[in-house]
Amino acid sequence: MSPAPKVKKLLNDPDNAVDEMLEGILLAHPDHLVMSDEHHRAIIAKHGPRPGKVGLVIGGGSGHEPTFVGFVGRGLADAAAIGNVFASPPPDPAIACAKAASGGEGVLFMYGNYAGDVMNFDMATEMLAMDDIEARTVLTTDDVAVENLERRRGVAGNFFIFKAAGAACDKMLSFDECERIARKANAHTFTMGVGLTACSLPQTRVPSFELGPEEMEIGLGIHGEPGVRKGPLDTADAVTDEIVDKIFAEMDPEPGEEVAVLVNSLGATPLMELYIVNRRLNQRLKDRDISVHASWVGPYCTSLDMSGMSITLHRLDGELTGLLDHPCDCAMFRAGQ
Amino acid sequence: MATLNGADFVALFQAIAQMIERERDHLSALDGVIGDGDHGVTMSIGFQAVDKVLANEASGRTPADICMLAAKTFLNAVGASVGPLYATALMRAGAAVKGKSDVGAEDVADIIAAMAAGIEHRGKAEPGQKTMVDAWHPAAEAALGAKAGGSLKDITAAAADAGRAGAEATGSMVAGKGRSANLGDRAVGHIDPGAASAAMILDTIAQWASERAD
Repeated sequence: MSPAPKVKKLLNDPDNAVDEMLEGILLAHPDHLVMSDEHHRAIIAKHGPRPGKVGLVIGGGSGHEPTFVGFVGRGLADAAAIGNVFASPPPDPAIACAKAASGGEGVLFMYGNYAGDVMNFDMATEMLAMDDIEARTVLTTDDVAVENLERRRGVAGNFFIFKAAGAACDKMLSFDECERIARKANAHTFTMGVGLTACSLPQTRVPSFELGPEEMEIGLGIHGEPGVRKGPLDTADAVTDEIVDKIFAEMDPEPGEEVAVLVNSLGATPLMELYIVNRRLNQRLKDRDISVHASWVGPYCTSLDMSGMSITLHRLDGELTGLLDHPCDCAMFRAGQ
Repeated sequence: MATLNGADFVALFQAIAQMIERERDHLSALDGVIGDGDHGVTMSIGFQAVDKVLANEASGRTPADICMLAAKTFLNAVGASVGPLYATALMRAGAAVKGKSDVGAEDVADIIAAMAAGIEHRGKAEPGQKTMVDAWHPAAEAALGAKAGGSLKDITAAAADAGRAGAEATGSMVAGKGRSANLGDRAVGHIDPGAASAAMILDTIAQWASERAD
């Protein structure tokens, strides 16, 4: 393998990147976030957890900011367990989060479907049972690029799935109801992405996969996992069409349906390109007589410095629309009144 | 016959940490081809943490206690998928030699077998799925096969040879577990990074043993 030039990054000791980032986040958002007394990688909502409320704990590897920590706040997640870059957190921060989030009614663990996250959060669940805290897991699996349903990954659509579950918890619904809604929101969320250039880890500063100068990868995962196909770079409209076709095939929407839209940057792709994609996406939705209830365009689930984007459609009904519009106030995201 | 005490185990973890440090970028590059590119970094974070903790807290401990301490340290430094896998392996290794202040060649065979069983249990993986099990499983069988009357050097060399062959065989496999499982045929032709690092660890154990064998 030929040695690649090092990617430029603003870092100190790369091994301290995650903890230094968290320090900066806590300093920027003192009204929203606080570090757990029990673990420095457990970040808690200042005004989220309360007695009688089901706790919502999200988490995963770092490098996807504002996912996960940015979605901690009243009306959304009560806490986030933070892992190393692209690596699941170990059980200890998940346990500290669950204890802080617990209002005596149970705790929902929600995270993307990756083998490491499942093992670590399952170990945390076993350990919490000894402290009489019941944790249940709802995995997010919105990435339609993966054919095998059991292996579907959680990607940018986490945004809508966490939002619905967080609203259900905030409305003080029962544990069973919160879990049902979380599973329903996941089943109603469809994402697919495209990668244009690889990201690089702070510790290595070399591109983590190979993509030619005029190549793109359709269906790429949010850690740079290879996707459905590599091909020559195409126009924004053609790429949008390929992704939308795949999402429509999966979701099979009826005329008259309503969706919420997320056009997400993987880190380096600018708003200009995202809005060009959003233009084509809206043309395609209009052609199918699908209306857009709300749109978010920007970096919501990134992959370090990767360039590329993903499109998510969140299929709405009366219940999910109400949950989406329910107010939340997080460090890096606000919605509702 | 050579026996091994706590200090020997500390030296083993130190040797593994140094080896992983040398191979870090190579392992990450292997992972970049079929996974998310962080395997070398993750292993490095874990074994560096183990090395640091053992340097400060290991003196006077038994091999079992050192394995347990390494397990907890590795898990909490790493998370990821290798965290629970190697933490479980090391806890089982400790349990296999619990209460012994010195371990012999046969115990080392049991340790390797216990580690393999722990990894298979935690990862719910079987041989043939293009994972680290493809190195650990044949290594355990080889270690147990050489156990009766085998020297420390024979047992660990047999495990290392089988582990290396197992890791190489993952090159022709379609992945059944882990992130590369979504790749189908695209992962064929590439060695699984978890199996590659497992083979390197087994090789380091064999080198460590040969330096201590009679």
